[in-house]
Amino acid sequence: MENLTDEEIKKLKIKANEIRKSIIRMLRDAGSGHTAGSLGMTDIFTILYFHTLKHDPKNPLWINRDRLILSNGHICPVLYATLAHAGYFPTEELQTLRKFGSRLQGHPHSEYLPFMETSSGPLGSGLSQAIGMAIIDKIYGGDKTIYAILSDGEHDEGNTWEAIMLANKEKLSNLIVIVDRNNIQIGGNTERVMPLGDLGEKYKTFGWNTQNVNGHDFWEINNAIFKAKKNKSGPSVIIAHTIPSKGVKAWENDFRWHGKAPSKEEAEMALKELQNLYD
Amino acid sequence: MINQNLKLNTKIFNENVEKSSTRLGFGKGLLKIGEENENIIVLCADLTESTKVDLFAERFPERFIDLGVAEQNLATVASGVASMGKIPFITSYSMFSPGRNWEQIRTTICYNNQPVKIIGSHSGLSVGPDGGSHQALEDIAITRVIPNMVVISPCDLIEAQKATIACAKTKDPTYMRLARNNTEIITTDETPFEIGKAQIFFTPEIGLAHVGIIATGPILYKAIMAAYTLEKKGIKSKVMNLSTIKPLDSEAIITLAKETKAIVTVEDHQIMGGMGSAVAECLASNYIVPIEFVGIDNKFGQSGTPEELTKYYGIDIVNIIEKVEKVLKRKN
Repeated sequence: MENLTDEEIKKLKIKANEIRKSIIRMLRDAGSGHTAGSLGMTDIFTILYFHTLKHDPKNPLWINRDRLILSNGHICPVLYATLAHAGYFPTEELQTLRKFGSRLQGHPHSEYLPFMETSSGPLGSGLSQAIGMAIIDKIYGGDKTIYAILSDGEHDEGNTWEAIMLANKEKLSNLIVIVDRNNIQIGGNTERVMPLGDLGEKYKTFGWNTQNVNGHDFWEINNAIFKAKKNKSGPSVIIAHTIPSKGVKAWENDFRWHGKAPSKEEAEMALKELQNLYD
Repeated sequence: MINQNLKLNTKIFNENVEKSSTRLGFGKGLLKIGEENENIIVLCADLTESTKVDLFAERFPERFIDLGVAEQNLATVASGVASMGKIPFITSYSMFSPGRNWEQIRTTICYNNQPVKIIGSHSGLSVGPDGGSHQALEDIAITRVIPNMVVISPCDLIEAQKATIACAKTKDPTYMRLARNNTEIITTDETPFEIGKAQIFFTPEIGLAHVGIIATGPILYKAIMAAYTLEKKGIKSKVMNLSTIKPLDSEAIITLAKETKAIVTVEDHQIMGGMGSAVAECLASNYIVPIEFVGIDNKFGQSGTPEELTKYYGIDIVNIIEKVEKVLKRKN
């Protein structure tokens, strides 16, 4: 847990690359959906599901599993693809994304896949749900870690800050938040739409343990999670600086990829680029 | 006459009928169910005393969380609590929960189908002097429209206590509507209660009723008093306590409409989208009879005593009688 070997890091990189390819294929076939955040958070989802989380895909509702809440539900392609690659359901099902009758709804619906823990999409409510879980685990003496993935843009929502205050009040050391600090939201750059400034400093002022990491460096991410788990004084946040659309050079850092899916041709180009990466 | 099969309060027509509040009934019920079930968790948004969860909080501080004035957080944290197999009760004023946090209730509680119990106190005009900003007159409309949600509006202290205990035993997301003020106690400990079951509280001494009056919440007392007055005028009526607004007891409502061929609904809520609308939806598609609605007609409230406000906004005994007379004219 504490250290990742070079061999393990290599394996995670290859896995993340496979997941990125799945994301591009599923968004291509869906014809709509959110590309930039999904590709940007792939490395973090990969390390969580293939290294960090206490979970069992063969027993998905195992009562003592760690909980992971995806608050910004629009990046669900990365959640679905990671879950499928981890063995929760067949990877073929990924191609049903956003189609009628699919379990893979445009935004996650827990009724169809209960091991996703919750439904999400409307922003700003995931951290609160994670807090509810962490409070219960604390009251009833469990030893789970509750993870919440948040976008930077959903810090525009008041509900998020209500939650940030409560986690500090309740000293929830079993809670680890990972913020996708990719500096974009649907309408443009976050600092232009609604300046967020130094998010880490803001959390710190609210009483949280704060770390900043490169969201594509497995060693750094792992180290930060390990430190957060060791800290028993209160809740922890990891501000993960990520590159939107990471892995496909032509789309990186372009906010226009926040909410659109690649065409057949664009997808082909991207898949070729990812193919070459680890051949 | 009062339907004595239901063991109602026989002193209901006395001048000094005993009064207490539905919010206190909830607080007492919560304490009781908290003693029986250690999975009950209570979350409150800085209104511990006025929503009467102080009784629970003092007894079980480890299962009580005050989140401050943050109703959106209240609903969403409760969803997380429920997903861990617990039964959370969340309390505030109806205006703020389910008012302020409606989308959070829809998505994180009802869309997830989590057994969160949303308790809204201080509903209706009966809040009085606090004024229109605090008088929730839209809460039935905005909760009954959400799939999976159960909506309960108890008529008195004792029914509120029973409804609290009953809803803690179900897996359904539930909204319970409570009132601030002390109101007449209509039922007794022996009166049966079941979520989803309407009951006839007042019937004619003999013969069939000319009109059916359907009421929800403490205003039921005024409906019974109206029926009592009408009886003296020779107008026979039945009064139904519709304490569960959703799921609607359609069978009981249709039966009442078939007998009376005229219905008046009574609620301390906007006419639009409220309990009367639910009754009208049911009868329009099953058994058409004229319906008159006693409720607030597309207006906000204001400061005043509950008595002044019920009179001004037309939800008093005299208004119920007027609507009965009107519906009887339309019947022929």
